[in-house]
Amino acid sequence: MSSTATSAPAPLAAAARRSGSTGDRIFAGLCRGAGIFVLILLGAIIVELFIGGLPAFRAFGLGFVWGSNWDPVAEEFGAIVPIYGTIVTSVMALTLAVPVAFGIAYFLTEIAPTPLRRPVGTAIELLAAVPSIIYGMWGFFVIVPVMAQYVQPVIIDSLGEVPLIGVLFAGPPFGTGIFTAALILAIMIIPFIAATMRDVFQTVPPVFKESAYGLGCTRWEVMWNIVIPYTRRSVVGGIMLGLGRALGETLAVTFVIGNANRLSASIFAPGNTIASLVALEFGEAEADSLKLSALLALGFILFVLSFIVLAISRLLLRPRAGQ
Amino acid sequence: MNAAPRKDMAQGLKLANKRKRTDRILLWLALAATAIGLAFLLSIIATLLWRGLEAMSLHVFTDVTRPPGSGGGLLNAIVGSLIQVAIGTAVGTPIGLLVGTYLSEYAGKSKLGGAVRFVSDILLSAPSILIGLFIYQLLVLPFGGFSGFAGSMALAVIVIPIVVRTTEDMLTLIPTALREAAVALGAPKWKMVLLVCYPAVRPGLITGVLLAVARIAGETAPLLFTSLGNLTWSVDLTKAMSSLPVTIYAYAGSPYPDWIALGWTGALLITLGVLTINIFARIVLRQRS
Repeated sequence: MSSTATSAPAPLAAAARRSGSTGDRIFAGLCRGAGIFVLILLGAIIVELFIGGLPAFRAFGLGFVWGSNWDPVAEEFGAIVPIYGTIVTSVMALTLAVPVAFGIAYFLTEIAPTPLRRPVGTAIELLAAVPSIIYGMWGFFVIVPVMAQYVQPVIIDSLGEVPLIGVLFAGPPFGTGIFTAALILAIMIIPFIAATMRDVFQTVPPVFKESAYGLGCTRWEVMWNIVIPYTRRSVVGGIMLGLGRALGETLAVTFVIGNANRLSASIFAPGNTIASLVALEFGEAEADSLKLSALLALGFILFVLSFIVLAISRLLLRPRAGQ
Repeated sequence: MNAAPRKDMAQGLKLANKRKRTDRILLWLALAATAIGLAFLLSIIATLLWRGLEAMSLHVFTDVTRPPGSGGGLLNAIVGSLIQVAIGTAVGTPIGLLVGTYLSEYAGKSKLGGAVRFVSDILLSAPSILIGLFIYQLLVLPFGGFSGFAGSMALAVIVIPIVVRTTEDMLTLIPTALREAAVALGAPKWKMVLLVCYPAVRPGLITGVLLAVARIAGETAPLLFTSLGNLTWSVDLTKAMSSLPVTIYAYAGSPYPDWIALGWTGALLITLGVLTINIFARIVLRQRS
């Protein structure tokens, strides 16, 4: 009885184990294959953009990066104006967004009464979910008129004549331009940075904060002396993540940047970012034209820029998140 | 004898007041920052409702886009968006699910796993316009034209990293005891993953997919170079296909008042859709805990 009970299932069990191991091998192979596919995908994006941009790189050499002339009629393409626009709008957007995002995260983690934390936090996250084209339209129809009628004339009149810094605010009040684009970008990335900062602030062990409160620290002192030093690395990572978003943002910028390919010191002057230039001029670029290649080359440059920023952000955010 | 402590006390009081004042100032600044953030959300929603309801009618859902001045709706754009989002999600989700499973169950601390995780996170935040250019180079130029299929593939590329992130995050939350119980019963690993792990985190996986849908539903830049947009009725995947975001982009930038009004209506529709999916995704996730 016992011998049949043990001997009969033995081959079956072996068969089951074998089929299990075959299934395991197939499933593990599928998963690993999908992982490798993602690596290939990123590689393919880089390679395709580079190959597409090659004719432009060949025609202008490294001068493509520094050239300030973007003249489709003369077939002369230089990338410095959109590169400048991309970096300036993104950095200005960060400068505007970080204090506000920090304030929101401070409010959500230390100040707000518990019943308020979730609804307000959700509202901020919803703000992050609004598609960028909506920000662009809203900016174009709501912010641009305000800028043109009230903000820019006042600033131009008061600061435009001041020596040295006056050039920053020179020019007519179009409403659109570098500053407006930076403002819309800032509004877009505030919820991203705020949500990351909130999540990061919540990783501080309560006992640290309780000890500080026990010593009589105020809320701000706990924030400044305990929470920030503990989370500094991840906070910078979150800010870099916001910067990565701002660099590649297309539609929100396209609506309000003003589409001009000139270098200008004034922050109210119209300009272009890499993404907005590609979106605006792509429709007029024929297949196999030098212009199309120049746009793809711009895409490659944007990829390199955002890759560096995002990679730094990941390296800063990762270790803490894993703890 | 008495003067020194009193002086100390006065100084202490001054310091305490200063600290309290700093705290209060920062409190108000934080409140102001939050108010600003919420004001933007309210302003966007108010503007969308105010401008979007102007041209809202049943017509929007029953008629296709027409030249300016001759009425028309958004039917082809809505259907085109639905088709491309559906295909993009259907293609991207299984790949993302497998990659997330690989990272959580098989990769461990291996170099390949680290690389896949890193690359997937880069893709998650990579500018979507570049994905559009990439698909243009890969699927539009060689095959002789813009197509709904290319648009769907661009969206699929965006879906993958979103699903990877939620899948990995969710699977790593599963208690070891649950896995051990499955293995102790003699289940092979693939059965453990498919029949124990996935069901245990189903709400989380669904949330990931919903968030991915919400994200690609509003994507414009990758579609500009792939499915291009189409002002006539077309559900042919090999031809240029209309989509809501690209139509909004074209309409909002046009000089015609009726197109602009219709653009706002489309913007309202898409924002309501995206926000509803987001809230729904949160509810799904919360039901679990």
